[in-house]
Amino acid sequence: MIGGFNEEQIKRYSRHIILPEVGGKGQKKLLSSKVLCIGAGGLGAPVIEYLAAAGVGTLGIIDDDTVDLSNLQRQVIHGGNVGKHKAISAKEFINNLNPDIEVRTYIERLNAQNVEDIFKDYDIVVDGSDNFATRYLVNDACVITDTPLSHGSIYRFEGQVTTIIPHKGPCYRCLFEHAPPPGMVPSCQEAGVLGVLPGIIGVIQATEVVKYLLGIGELLVGRLIYYDALNMSFDEIKMRWNKNCPVCGEEPKITSIQEEIYGESCRI
Amino acid sequence: MMIMVTELDLKGDVCPYTFVKTKLKLEELEIGEELAVTFDHAPAVENVPRSLKNEGHKILGIEQMGDHLWKVRIRKA
Repeated sequence: MIGGFNEEQIKRYSRHIILPEVGGKGQKKLLSSKVLCIGAGGLGAPVIEYLAAAGVGTLGIIDDDTVDLSNLQRQVIHGGNVGKHKAISAKEFINNLNPDIEVRTYIERLNAQNVEDIFKDYDIVVDGSDNFATRYLVNDACVITDTPLSHGSIYRFEGQVTTIIPHKGPCYRCLFEHAPPPGMVPSCQEAGVLGVLPGIIGVIQATEVVKYLLGIGELLVGRLIYYDALNMSFDEIKMRWNKNCPVCGEEPKITSIQEEIYGESCRI
Repeated sequence: MMIMVTELDLKGDVCPYTFVKTKLKLEELEIGEELAVTFDHAPAVENVPRSLKNEGHKILGIEQMGDHLWKVRIRKA
């Protein structure tokens, strides 16, 4: 043991420890951090993969879905686990990759009743959901509980990613005040997605989480990266705090999580 | 004033773990304290001091203690 690390951990995290910006101190911060992943699907899979590898000590995974063969085109952690709950499959993957990680699985849907209770145990939340109801629920609950949030979303060949530090920068509603009406956008099953796309966006989300936990670099606060795989372009869109934002504005209309605001659309 | 010298024996360790372990040990010390590390891995004698200097630490001396045995003395910055 040196500096609280055993021989296996010294080897496992050596490439982190060598970095002046991380060191043993930073690695210990990661090991004592708790991150909640909303969804273990397209975005959640790469997030879980890299956060577990990085040694983020506690990973919460909430997903009520099971692995379908059609998921394996992009959700690479679930190989061999068709039919299993994604949260359980993800836990098995993590246990094989890094035994240092404590995994908490929630085989349920995130909803207005459970969201605040689940969020309170975590340092940061990663949204890997695929529907507007969950996305707005997660954004609002993060603002209300003052929990940082990594937002990512994908559509066909395009993705977007930003980091929300409530009350220190804009939230998702500052940019997109309300969800589009049901039927306006195709559901996740209908739209199609290039398999590598969530890998790119999810790994950017994981990068932001690691930076936030270490307290290094510049986060995507007030900036949204828009990625287009066909053009292979990354554009940065400035996001401004909206003083009329319904959840983080000067006179917010949403001050608590009420079920009726968050209708059901498609599943995580 | 007496300066605390901590010893670290890294015989049998190779790069990059020689540096990783030296760095972890230094993190436990207070600024200004000294660390004396013993290596038997020849490349470490060049690599570790160079990496430590990059992180701002001071190399006080490198002594050859025997055939394939070196001691590097470091002051934590």
